[in-house]
Amino acid sequence: MLGLEKRDTLLLIVVACLVTFAPILLNPFPADSSMAQFNAGYPDLMQRFVIFGIFAIGFNILFGLTGYLSFGHAAFLGVGSYSAVWMMKLLTMNVIPAIALSVIVAGLFSVLIGYVSLRRSGIYFSILTLAFAQMSFNLAYSVLTPITNGETGLQITLNDPRILDGAGAPSYPNLFGAQMNEATTLFFGGWSFTFSVGYYLCAVIMLISFYLAIRIFRSPFGMMLRAVKSNQQRMNYTGLNTKPYTLAAFVISGMYAGLAGGLLASMDPLAGAERMQWTASGEVVLMTILGGAGTLIGPVLGAGFIKYFENIFSKINKATLEGWFAFMPDGIEEFFVAIIYPFVGKGWHLTLGLLFMMVVIFLPGGLVEGGQRIGKMFRRRDRKSSDAELSAAQQRQVPPAE
Amino acid sequence: MGILEVKNVGKRFGGLQALSNVNLTVEENSVHAIIGPNGAGKSTLLNCLVGKLIPDTGSVMFDGQSVLGRKPYEINQMGISRVFQTPEIFADLTVMENMLIPCFAKRDGSFRMHALESMMNEKDIVGKAEHMLEEMKLIDKRAMHAAAMSRGDKRRLEIAMCLAQDPRLLLLDEPTAGMARADTNNTIDLLKQIKEERNITIAIIEHDMHVVFSLAERITVLAQGTPLVEDTPDKIKGHPKVKEAYLGETQAA
Repeated sequence: MLGLEKRDTLLLIVVACLVTFAPILLNPFPADSSMAQFNAGYPDLMQRFVIFGIFAIGFNILFGLTGYLSFGHAAFLGVGSYSAVWMMKLLTMNVIPAIALSVIVAGLFSVLIGYVSLRRSGIYFSILTLAFAQMSFNLAYSVLTPITNGETGLQITLNDPRILDGAGAPSYPNLFGAQMNEATTLFFGGWSFTFSVGYYLCAVIMLISFYLAIRIFRSPFGMMLRAVKSNQQRMNYTGLNTKPYTLAAFVISGMYAGLAGGLLASMDPLAGAERMQWTASGEVVLMTILGGAGTLIGPVLGAGFIKYFENIFSKINKATLEGWFAFMPDGIEEFFVAIIYPFVGKGWHLTLGLLFMMVVIFLPGGLVEGGQRIGKMFRRRDRKSSDAELSAAQQRQVPPAE
Repeated sequence: MGILEVKNVGKRFGGLQALSNVNLTVEENSVHAIIGPNGAGKSTLLNCLVGKLIPDTGSVMFDGQSVLGRKPYEINQMGISRVFQTPEIFADLTVMENMLIPCFAKRDGSFRMHALESMMNEKDIVGKAEHMLEEMKLIDKRAMHAAAMSRGDKRRLEIAMCLAQDPRLLLLDEPTAGMARADTNNTIDLLKQIKEERNITIAIIEHDMHVVFSLAERITVLAQGTPLVEDTPDKIKGHPKVKEAYLGETQAA
């Protein structure tokens, strides 16, 4: 189907289902229960899940396939955001032109940065991209204030020209009239599920991006990119010019980042320079590695994981902890709260850091590898000893998947 | 006039004159061996032929065109393929993918943006790759990761990858270095078979005299960066200068 092999089609369908029913799946706890703070099914957070999913999918096309580790991808995210906001200031509040421009501008910007940075590989490439991104960040903060509005960030105002919008046009980002913040909430007993226009727009775009990424991964071009990662010398002596291949991968991933930036600005029409800072570039590296670099679904998982931590895990405060351990005698309760407290709430970075270290050390293939190992364990248990020899023989012949 | 003409090539690394006044002609459809003791400049010469190094003086002509100043991938596209001393393959890819890449390079040139095309629609390329693997007796290993193969199989795969491009000149850099005797003999047979079945010129750098004398039609002996003598294998065997510079040493050792 759609020019994909069976396994990939299945993966796409599973992802599509998860994304479609996310408002329900991510809200497993009744709204008034004490666990409600772990519900992630509100539009603002779900939008972040899919937008950063797009960002990570694009980053993975560069890092996962060619092995070139860019430390400056947030620059493209920021450029995309600024372009989108400008489009909404000048032309129309409809998000389509805004998103289109953010992809184009980020693409052009990445041609420039990629052309220079790709003259080097390895650590030097990483440093060059980092330098470019920090340069962009600082320019956005200072010299380019007329374009970026410096520290305040670029916002839409009532005085903006918006030459395509008539008098009655909506004053919030919209898709042909449907505003991004429009939402319907359904109640089932104690549960409440919110379905918003913005989230579903992001979800559809994310599914298209994911589909394109699968096509790229399985195409001859994708194979060439993996060959670049594997052995550049052999590439050169097989008559292949590695430079245009790596540049194309860089530009594609830059455009994905621009798309993510454009979507961020479409959901919430403002753009600030901090979106380009190196910590933002580092975050997408973490997402990709945590989920599994070079795998299809890994970066999306990683993005969801980190955003969940950042927004949900960070909200556990001392009072919540005391509530959980209230059944214990006083002294022991305080002891447990004191031990756990540094790892939650504002200390969520500590937990994430430890998790990241454990993944890198024990699961170099990321969360995807973890999933595969668990799957294998179950399959082995099912088969038992009768055909254990057969499976061992198969394992010897079949290479490990991805 | 030969397919490869090397004239007056010289190369200096700092204080070391690695090559000086090298003249060499490789005739079309011949097997030409370049031998010489360690440090004679064999590898430097080879690197000058494929664009890895640019000689300080002289000229290198392939099929009437200069290769100097061209990038390795451009020289490859002209029709020169190189087999390395340690097999250079795409270790992280499957054997089949290793085979597909040179087939694409042959058809599409040095770059093509086929990002949204499906491998399923590339029947001619897949067919060609499968045919090559069958010919090289690697077809049952097609799904294996190339890194997991034995040294001998890696060498076979590398040669197959080079042949998939239908090169006019195949350069081999000590193809049997570090191989067991049985693997060496297999490689000799493979190269003989390639020579018989294909319209191809082979230039080979080799340390192993057994390999050289079983394959070569002409031999150039290199010593201290200059060609000492060039002749047929029979004449080289008995040549006093060569014995002194090279064969005597290795036989004693």
